[in-house]
Amino acid sequence: MEITAVYYLIPALIMFCCGVYGFITRKNMIAMLISLELMLNAVDINFVVFNRFLYPEQMEGMFFTLFAIAIAAAETALAIAIIINIFRAAKNIDVRSLNEMKF
Amino acid sequence: MESVGSIILYFIVALSMIVFSVMAVTTRKILRAATYLLFTLFGTAVVYFMLDYEFLGAVQIAVYAGGIVVLFVFAILLTSRPGDNTERLTSKSRMLGGVAAVITLIVACYSLVSRCALAFAQKPEMETPDMQQIGATLMGTGAGQYLLPFEAVSVLLLACIIGGVVVARKR
Repeated sequence: MEITAVYYLIPALIMFCCGVYGFITRKNMIAMLISLELMLNAVDINFVVFNRFLYPEQMEGMFFTLFAIAIAAAETALAIAIIINIFRAAKNIDVRSLNEMKF
Repeated sequence: MESVGSIILYFIVALSMIVFSVMAVTTRKILRAATYLLFTLFGTAVVYFMLDYEFLGAVQIAVYAGGIVVLFVFAILLTSRPGDNTERLTSKSRMLGGVAAVITLIVACYSLVSRCALAFAQKPEMETPDMQQIGATLMGTGAGQYLLPFEAVSVLLLACIIGGVVVARKR
């Protein structure tokens, strides 16, 4: 049995769909952020798999994934700072009950 | 032809990635969702190791599993009591999410099937990129080298630090 590209793409696809589902159904902001990380991670896997299987002599996919990881870290840190700030002002982080811009 | 061990490892990793990512979006305890996310990220790191990108796997473990998940756990403990359940989903929102996920699945499967030849590409031989090569590519200014994005990311991280302090400080 040979492990071809599609064997890596299918788990990444299912991971992405889980992220979409979670992002729509979750109400807690941190849980939404976790779903977002799942989606980003699935896309990273796709970059690496296409780089490895189709263009093994180049490193574009690998470096794109490196930068994507760095940007995801920055984005998560900032989002969590905002979430904690919202929690301090509104005492909860449920997106359905946050309907004011100013407290 | 792959060895039997690597095939078994592949199935363990793929299965655990799928199961843990499903559990991360369906569990009702938010701290458990973060833990399942951690397992999924570890599975991804193993995939990178299996594809011979060892540096990338190490970065994945250090930044994602070591940094981001810890940040998540701190934020969860600051904003909710441990043991809290999120409220049960209404069937409407569950259906909406399921429909969106299935549409994504269908579109992606269609594009995968329509490029069947690429999807079944064999794994070509490749030398693992060594550190010298990676460093030269990150620091070079020629074609296919990444000095400008590297510096842009450093500015982004600085802006992120300042932004984090400004947003989260006590007034």
